[in-house]
Amino acid sequence: MGYALTLLPFVLVLFVYMGASDIRLAENPSDKILPAPSTIVATAERLVGEPDKRSGEILFWNDTGISLVRLALGVGIAALTGLVAGLLIGLFPYMRSTFSGFVAVLSMVPPLAVLPILFIAFGLGEVSKVALIAIGITPFLIRDLSQRTVEIPSEQIVKAQTLGASSLAIALRVVLPQLLPRLIQGVRLALGPAWLFLIAAEAIAAEAGLGYRIFLVRRYLAMDIILTYVAWITFLAFIIDLLLRSAGRRLFPWSEPAGGSGL
Amino acid sequence: MSYVTVTDLHKTYAGFPILERVNLSVEKGTFVSIVGASGCGKSTFLRLLLAQERPTRGEITIDGQPPALEPNRDRGIVFQRYSVFGHMTVRENLIAAEALGATVWGVLPSRARRKAAEDVADAALERIGLAHMGKAYPASLSGGMQQRLAIAQSLIAKPRILLLDEPFGALDPGTRASMHDFLLEIKAEWDMTVFMVTHDLSEGFKLGDRVLVFDKVRWDPHEPHAYGATVTYDFDARNGGIPFQSLSIETVEEITV
Repeated sequence: MGYALTLLPFVLVLFVYMGASDIRLAENPSDKILPAPSTIVATAERLVGEPDKRSGEILFWNDTGISLVRLALGVGIAALTGLVAGLLIGLFPYMRSTFSGFVAVLSMVPPLAVLPILFIAFGLGEVSKVALIAIGITPFLIRDLSQRTVEIPSEQIVKAQTLGASSLAIALRVVLPQLLPRLIQGVRLALGPAWLFLIAAEAIAAEAGLGYRIFLVRRYLAMDIILTYVAWITFLAFIIDLLLRSAGRRLFPWSEPAGGSGL
Repeated sequence: MSYVTVTDLHKTYAGFPILERVNLSVEKGTFVSIVGASGCGKSTFLRLLLAQERPTRGEITIDGQPPALEPNRDRGIVFQRYSVFGHMTVRENLIAAEALGATVWGVLPSRARRKAAEDVADAALERIGLAHMGKAYPASLSGGMQQRLAIAQSLIAKPRILLLDEPFGALDPGTRASMHDFLLEIKAEWDMTVFMVTHDLSEGFKLGDRVLVFDKVRWDPHEPHAYGATVTYDFDARNGGIPFQSLSIETVEEITV
C-alpha cells in the first residue's frame, strides 16, 4: 500500500505525458516537442550504447564522467572550506566577530553574476567551472556549519576544559566529530544548487558535459535527447543523495535523530 | 585546614549585583550542598567555582593554588544535561577523560598510556555497572546511567573539587534515590570535596555535610535588583542534619549506662 502510494504521482505524470504526446503526434507525426515514450527509450538506448562516429567514444558516458568530476571537485573543495571555516567561526569568538559579517555579505553575492569574472580570471577550462560550484555553495556551508558549531551545548566545551583539553583538542576531538554528520546534511542540501551551477557553467562554455550536451541539442529541438539527459541527471542526483544519507547513517550511528531523518 | 577558600566574593552582571560579600572556608572531603530560590545566584557561584566566569571582586582559591582563569583539570563538573560526549561510546567517554588533556592534540601519546587509560575505563565501567554498555552511545542510555557515566568521567580526571549542577534534576524519583546511594558510596571511596547545587532541600540535607543557603540579606521592593545574594545559612548537615540531638542522646546513654 505504501509503495503503491509512493508510485502513484509518478504514474500520474507518466500518463499525463503519454496522453499529451499522443494528442500532438496524432495531429503531426513528425512533432518533436513531446516525443513518444517509445522514441525516448530508443534514443536512450542509442545514446548509452553507440560510440560517436568522430571520436569513437560514447558521448553519454563521457559527458557523465566529466560532469561528475567537476561536481565532485567543486563540492569537495566547498565542503572542506566550509568545515574548517565553519568550525573556526563557530568555536572562537574572535573569528566570529571578524568573519561572520563578511561571510553573511559574501553569501548574498549571486554566484552566476560572478561567472564572467571566473571566465576572465581562470579561462574557459575546468578551473572556472569547479570554482563556480565551490563559490556558489561555500558561503552556505560556512554559515550552516558555524551555526551548528554554536549549537553544540556549551556544557560539552566546559566539560572538555575540565578534562584538561586544549583549544585544539576541543576543536579536533569534541567539535569536529560532531560537525561531520552535519556536514553531510549540509552537502545534501547544497547539491541542488551545485548541480545548477554545474549545468549553468557547462551551458555557457564547455566542450563536454551533461549540461553542455543538453544546451547543444536544444538547437535541434532534440527533446528525446534532452529528456534522457534530464532523467539521467535526476537519477544521478537521487543516487548521490541516497549514498550520502546511508554513509551518514553508517559512519555516525550516534547522530541519528530520534524521529527519523525525514526526506 | 581550609581547602577551598572564598574571600569577599562579588559578582556583578551589567551593573546588577548577583553575589556580594561571600566568604567561605571548606575543608577537604566535605560535601557542600547549595540551595536557594531561583535567581539567588547559586548557579553563578558554581560557575565562579568552575572558573567559567571570573569574580568582579574577591577570589576563590583551591588547595592554595592561584585563582584559575579558565576551567581546568582541578575542577570536575557534572551538569544536568550534555555532560558526556554523544559522539563517543560509553567506554570512549571514559578513555577521553585521560586522553583529552594528555597532549595538545587531545590523544594519548603512547600505546602504554592508551592501555593504562583503557584499564582505568574498564574498571570504572565495572564500578558504575555499565560494563555491558561499553560499546553503546550515550543517547541509548537512561538518564541515570548517563549521569553515572558523567560522574565517573569527571572522577577519572582526579579533580581537586567536584562540582554538580543540579545533577539529578532531570531524573525520576526512584532513579534519583539510587543515584544518591551511588554518590554517597563514591564520596566515601574517593574522599572528594564536592559542591552540589540543587533545588531539592531534602536531597541537599541527605547528601551534604554542609548545606549553604543563598539569599538576599537586603531587599528594596522598589529596586529588586539593587542588592546581591550571599550565604545566609550555613547548616551542619552531618548525621541527617541533627548532630546536636544525636550528641545529646549519646550523652544520655552514657549517663544511663
